[in-house]
Amino acid sequence: MEPITYAQATGLLSWTWLLIALPAAGAAVLLLTGRRADKWGHWVGVATIGAAFALALGMFASLAGLDDKSAATDLFTIISVGEVHIEASLLFDPLSAVFCLLITGVGFLIHLYAVGYMAHDEGRRKFFGYFNLFAAAMLVLVLGGNYFMTFIGWEGVGLASYLLISFWQMKPAAATAGKKAFLTNRVADVGFLLAMFLMVSTIGSLDFANVFNGAEGLSDGTSLALGLLLLAAACGKSGQWPFQTWLPDAMEGPTPVSALIHAATMVTAGVYLIARSHVIFSLNENVQTAVVVVGALTLLFGAIVGCAKDDIKRVLAWSTVSQIGYMFLAVGLGGAAFALGIIHLLAHGFFKAGLFLGSGSVMHAMNDQTDIRRFGGLWKVMPLTYATFAAGWLAIIGLFPFSGYFSKDPIIAAAFAREGWQGWVTGGAALLGAALTAFYMTRLFILTFHGPKRWTEDVHPHESPAIMTGPLVLLGLGSLAAGGLMATPVTDWLVPVFGEQHEAHGHLTHMQVTIATTAVVVLGAVLAWFLFRNGTEEAPHAAAWPVRVARADLGGEAVNRGLFERPGRLAANASVAVDGRGVDGVVNGLSAAVGGSSRRLLALQTGFVRSYALSILSGAVIVVAALMVVVIQ
Amino acid sequence: MSEMSIDWAGLAPMIIVFASAFAGLLIEASVPKARRLVVQVGLAVLALAAAFIAVVLNAGKSATAFALEGTDIGSVALDGPGLFLQGTIALLSVVAVLLLAEQRTTRGGDFVSEAAVVADSAADIAQRRESGATEIFPLTLFAVGGMMMFVVAGDLLTMFVALEMLSLPLYLLCGLAKRRRLISQEAALKYFLLGAFASAFFVYGMAMLYGFAGTISLTGINAAGINSNEPRILLYIGVGMIAVAMLFKAAAVPFHMWTPDVYTGAPTPVTALMAACVKVAAFGALLRVFNVGLQSSAWDWHTILVVIAIATMIGGAIFAVTQRNIKRLLAYSSIANAGYLLIGVISLGDAVGQTMFYLAAYGFTVIAAFAVVSLVRDGDDEATDLSRWAGLGKNSTGTAVIFTVLMLALAGIPFTSGFTAKFSLFSAGLEAGEIGLVVVGVVSSAILAFPYLRVVVLLWLNEPAPDAPTVNLPSPMAGTVVAAGVLATVLLGVAPGFLLDIVSEASTFLGT
Repeated sequence: MEPITYAQATGLLSWTWLLIALPAAGAAVLLLTGRRADKWGHWVGVATIGAAFALALGMFASLAGLDDKSAATDLFTIISVGEVHIEASLLFDPLSAVFCLLITGVGFLIHLYAVGYMAHDEGRRKFFGYFNLFAAAMLVLVLGGNYFMTFIGWEGVGLASYLLISFWQMKPAAATAGKKAFLTNRVADVGFLLAMFLMVSTIGSLDFANVFNGAEGLSDGTSLALGLLLLAAACGKSGQWPFQTWLPDAMEGPTPVSALIHAATMVTAGVYLIARSHVIFSLNENVQTAVVVVGALTLLFGAIVGCAKDDIKRVLAWSTVSQIGYMFLAVGLGGAAFALGIIHLLAHGFFKAGLFLGSGSVMHAMNDQTDIRRFGGLWKVMPLTYATFAAGWLAIIGLFPFSGYFSKDPIIAAAFAREGWQGWVTGGAALLGAALTAFYMTRLFILTFHGPKRWTEDVHPHESPAIMTGPLVLLGLGSLAAGGLMATPVTDWLVPVFGEQHEAHGHLTHMQVTIATTAVVVLGAVLAWFLFRNGTEEAPHAAAWPVRVARADLGGEAVNRGLFERPGRLAANASVAVDGRGVDGVVNGLSAAVGGSSRRLLALQTGFVRSYALSILSGAVIVVAALMVVVIQ
Repeated sequence: MSEMSIDWAGLAPMIIVFASAFAGLLIEASVPKARRLVVQVGLAVLALAAAFIAVVLNAGKSATAFALEGTDIGSVALDGPGLFLQGTIALLSVVAVLLLAEQRTTRGGDFVSEAAVVADSAADIAQRRESGATEIFPLTLFAVGGMMMFVVAGDLLTMFVALEMLSLPLYLLCGLAKRRRLISQEAALKYFLLGAFASAFFVYGMAMLYGFAGTISLTGINAAGINSNEPRILLYIGVGMIAVAMLFKAAAVPFHMWTPDVYTGAPTPVTALMAACVKVAAFGALLRVFNVGLQSSAWDWHTILVVIAIATMIGGAIFAVTQRNIKRLLAYSSIANAGYLLIGVISLGDAVGQTMFYLAAYGFTVIAAFAVVSLVRDGDDEATDLSRWAGLGKNSTGTAVIFTVLMLALAGIPFTSGFTAKFSLFSAGLEAGEIGLVVVGVVSSAILAFPYLRVVVLLWLNEPAPDAPTVNLPSPMAGTVVAAGVLATVLLGVAPGFLLDIVSEASTFLGT
C-alpha cells in the first residue's frame, strides 16, 4: 500500500479552524452574556452555524479543485515528549468535508426550526448556546487531524449531549436519561482512550498518517485489540449493541436535540470513526467480522423494538439505532461498502432529521403528547407536516425512486456479497431489517396521520408556524432526492479516502436484491396498513409474548440492570455502609455525646480508630503473607 | 583526622526552612501579638521562596551531600527526582501558606486562637472572634522541611526521622480548627494514633531490612537483594512493613481509612497542605525506596503492589461516587489518585518522570479546589454539603467557572493538566508493560469522572436554594492561591511541554 500523506492547506482551506471557531464563538457569546442576550441570542446561534455552512461550502468547492484531495493545518503543539508529538492539527479531506456539510447544513435547518420550537421556553438562549457548543465539538471531532483531536471532539459532543438531554432538568426522566447517556458514553470512551494508549505505545504517534502507515507493521493481536477497542468506542457513541439503551432514553431532550444529535450527527460519530480508521479495520478480518455482527444484530434489534413502541419519538429513536446498524454493517463489510455506509449516513441525516422535526411539529400541535395511539387523522389539519413526514417515510423504507432506495439497497446487496454462508446470514438480516423497517414506519405513519381521530379531548391541532415548516420542507425535499443525487458522485468523491474499490459480486445479482427488497418492503408496508388502517386501541393492552419482549427493549434493560446497575448499586450501598460508620458516625456520635444521651454511639466512636488500625494491621499481614507466598513458590 | 566534606549548597533548602521554623518560634515569644501574623506569614513565604531558589540553583546535581574521606555517605541523596520534588514541595507549600494565612473569609481565619480552651465552652465561644494562633506557620515550616528531607533521604534512618518530622506538626495542625472543634480534634487524634501505628511498622521493617542487608542505606539494600546470604524472609517482612508505612501516608487501600475522616475534620487549609504536599513527599519517598532500594527484588513485591494499586484505584473511585460532602469527595478522589500514582511506582524507572509530573499537576489542582471549598460558606461555617452548592453558577459565576475548570481537570478532560498527567502516566505504564494496571486505571478514572461532573452539573443546571451559601470574595491571599492553582492547571494542560522536558531530564535516581 502506498504511504498516506496529507498535503498542507493553502488558500481558503487554511481557514479550517474558523469552521470550529464560528459556532464556538457563538456558544461563548450566548453562555457568557447572560440574560441581556435573551431577546436576540438565538439569532446569534443561527447566524454562526449559517456562516459555518457557507464557509464549509466554499471550502468544499476549493477542495474539489485540488489535485491532492486533502488539506492539513497544524495549529500548535499540545504535547511533545521524547518521541511522541501531539499537535492540534486539523484535516479537511473528502470524508471530513461531507461530514462538515451535513453538520452545518442540517444543523442550520434544525437551528432555524428550534427558533420556533423553543419560542416559549425560558432557557432558549442557553439552549442555543449548548446547541452551538455541540456543533463546535462535532466539527472538532470530524476535522481533527489526529486521534487526540478526534477524542477532544468526542468528549465534547458527549458533554454537550448530556447538557442538552437533561435540558429540562425538572423532568426527572430527562435528568436520568442524561446521566444514562453520559455513563454509557463514558464506558465506551474507555475503549477510545485505551486505543490511543495502544497506538502511542506501539506506533508512537496519534497522527492519522503515521498510525495508518505504521498499522501494517502491527502484530495480529495488536491490530485485533486496536480494532476492537475502537469498535467499542464507536458502539457507545452510535448507540449500537450492547450500548444501545441510552439512545431511545435520550429522547427526553427537546425535539430539535433529538433531531440534530440523536439522528443526524452525533450518533454518526461511531461510523465516522470506523470509516476514518478504515486502514486499521481492513487489516484484520476478525475485526471486520465483529463490526458486521454488531451492525447486523443492531439493525434487527432496533427494528424489532421499533415495531412495539407507541411513543412517536421512541419509534424514531429505535429506527435510528437500526439505521445506524446498516451503516455499521456497511463499513464492516469494507472495500466498496465503506462509501455506501457514508452515503446512507448522509441520506439518513436528511430524512431522519426531517422525521424528527416532523414529530416535533406534531407534538407542538398535540400539546406535547407523544403517544401515537392518541393521534390519527392529522393529515387534514397539518398538511405541510404531513407531506414532509410522508417524504421521510418513503425515503426511510427505501422505495424506488426515493432516497433510501439508493443508499440502503446497495448495502443489502453488499451484505449478500460476503463469502460463503456468512453472506446469506448478513444479507438475510439486512433484508429482514428492511421489511421490519417498512412495517414499523408505515405503522407510525398511518397511526399518526390517517385513520380515525383518537385525540384526547383537550387538544386542538394546528399547523406549525413558517419558521418550523420552512426547514421541514427543505429537509423533505432532501429526503426525497438526496440518495439518488448523491449515490454516484459521493462514491467518486470519497475515492481519495478509501481508494479505488470494486464492487464485490456474490450470491445474488444487484437486480435480484432490488426485486427482493422491494417485495419485502411493499409486503411490510401493506401489512402495517392492513392492520392499522382503522386505528388501534387507545390504551396499552395485553399482547402475545413476542410483543411484550419487544416492548421491554428485547431485554436490553434487564441485561443492563443485571450487569451494571445491580453490582453498581451493591457497591454504592456498601460504600454508604462503610461511609456511614466514618465521619457521619462520628458526627452523630458527637452530637449524641454532647446531648449526653447515647453511650452506645460514643462507644462505637472510640472503636473507630481501633477498627481502622485493624484494617491497617490486616493489610500489613496480607502484604507480608503474600510476599512469603512468593518466596515459597 | 577524618575529613568530612559537606555540600552546604545542596543542603541549603532544608537548612533555610528549618532555620526559619526555629526563627518563627522565637517570633512567637518576642513579637507583639498584633504584628505576629504579618511577620510570620512574611517569614514563611520568604523562607519557602528562598528554599525554592536554592533548589533551582542545585539543579543538575547528582551526588550525596555528605562524604567522609572521599567516600560518599548516602544519607542525603541530591539527585534529579529529589531536587524536582523538593522544588515542587516548596512551591506548593508557598501556596498552601497563603491559604493558611487567609483571614477574611471568616473573621480571624480558620484556626483556633487558644487550642487549650475546652471546645464549645463559654471561653471557646468568646475566642471565636479572635484571630487564630500564629504558631501554625512555624509548625507548617517544620512539616515542609520534613517533607523536603523525606524525598532526598538516602537511607532508612534519615527517612524515618524525616517521616516523623513531617508527621508530628501535621497531627497538631489537624486539631486546630476554629469551628467544629471536636471533629477537628477527633481527626487529629485519629491521624496521630494511626500514624504512630504506621511509624511502628516502618521501624520494624527497617530492623528487618538491616538484619537482611547489614546496612540501612538504600543502595546497600539493593545490592544485598542480589548477593546477601541472609534468609530472604527478612527481606520480605522488611519490604512489607516499610511499604505499609509509606502506603499509609500515601493513602492506598486498605491503609486509607483515615483519609476521609482527617480530610473532613482538619481545617481546610491544612487539608489542602496534606492533599498536595504530603502526597508529593510520600510518593517521592516511595519512588526512591522502590527504585533505589528494592529494584533488585522487584519480582518479589510486584504482584502484591499491583493488587494494592488496583484496590486503591477501584476502591477510591467507587467510594467517591456516593459522596455528598465535597471534602469527602476530594478525599476519596485523592485515594483513587494514589492508585494511579502507584502505577508510576510499579513501573519503576520508565515512569519516574511522568509520576513526578502527575504529582505536580495534581498538587496545584487540588490545592486550588480546597481553596474554593474554603470560600463557599454558610455564615461562618464552610458549606461542605454538596446540596448547598446547587446553582452556584447563578449567583457566583466566577467561582463556579473556576471550580468547573478544577473539576474538569480532576476528571481528566483534555486541555487540563489532569488529562496530560493521566495520559503521560498511563502511556508510561503501558510502555513498562503494565497493561492490566492501565486498563484498571482508565476504567477507574472513567468512574471517577462521574462524581466530578455531577458537581459541575449541580453548579450550573440546578436552581439555587433561597438561603444559598455566600461566596466570600477572596482576599489577595486566597485569590492568589486559586489563581495559581487554576493557572497551573490550564498551563500544564495546554502547554505541558516545558515541565515534561524538565521531569524527563530529572528522572534518574542517584544509585540506579
